[in-house]
Amino acid sequence: MSTETTTHTEEHGMSNAGYVRIALILAAITALEVSTYYVDFGRLFMPALMIMMVVKFIMVVSYFMHLKFDNKLFSWIFYAGLILAIGVYCVALATFHFFS
Amino acid sequence: MSADHAVASHDTHTTSTGLSNVKLGMWLFLGSECLLFGGLISTYMLYRGRVGTGPTPMQVFDIPFTSVSSFVLLMSSLTMVLGVSAAHKGDDRNTYLWVAVTALLGATFVGGQVYEFTAFYNEGMGFTTSLFTSSFYVLTGFHGVHVTVGIIMLMSTLGIMKRSKVPGSKSETIEMLGLYWHFVDIVWIIIFTLIYLIPV
Repeated sequence: MSTETTTHTEEHGMSNAGYVRIALILAAITALEVSTYYVDFGRLFMPALMIMMVVKFIMVVSYFMHLKFDNKLFSWIFYAGLILAIGVYCVALATFHFFS
Repeated sequence: MSADHAVASHDTHTTSTGLSNVKLGMWLFLGSECLLFGGLISTYMLYRGRVGTGPTPMQVFDIPFTSVSSFVLLMSSLTMVLGVSAAHKGDDRNTYLWVAVTALLGATFVGGQVYEFTAFYNEGMGFTTSLFTSSFYVLTGFHGVHVTVGIIMLMSTLGIMKRSKVPGSKSETIEMLGLYWHFVDIVWIIIFTLIYLIPV
């Protein structure tokens, strides 16, 4: 492996094989998500779906978008927008709950 | 592919933050996009039970078909990141290849969405049929438009790269496209779970 490639892997944290491994894990989680539609998970249904969704989200953001390896400022900017969006959703739900 | 090019692709201009302004701008844009989709998803979640006399989500959704579409979009994220990786190495041939495959997978996803919308419409699920249908079409339609814009950007960039007219760093341009594309993918991860898999 050339120095150039090694430097690249260090800067961006992962090799191509690593990306493929992440994609396979994501595909497996997606298959598991779809299975919840056909198999009765009982009370675990909703928490399991939410956890799988969050895990997939974090894996794509961390590894494919390189937030895990990049400057923390980018993480702050992105997650601030995300938390604000979740806040807006909660406020909207609460508003409809109280005034409808 | 030359070593000079690979080195040049990692060059960044000195900025007050020490970070690339382009990248900072892209993350700010993606942060604001979270708010846009947050609002649309909230609206859908509020109205998904308001079906009126129209069909309910569970009557019209085709989970196997949408699952395949989701898988296609997920794999396009892999091809995109491989394209970004190739661009950082200065490997033009693989950059073209992976970016083109990403665009193709994206087009497959959009084609599937057009088919799905047509099937829904034929089953009596028009845009104004109920609050559920309106909020569903607006949310998934906005996402579809984002994917379409992504495909146009990917293909345009390929064309510009072929003529060697990419302003600034080529690898950074591909990386920014990658960030946008992955964002579109993570939005779909949320939509697929909240809209398709959770019954009303």
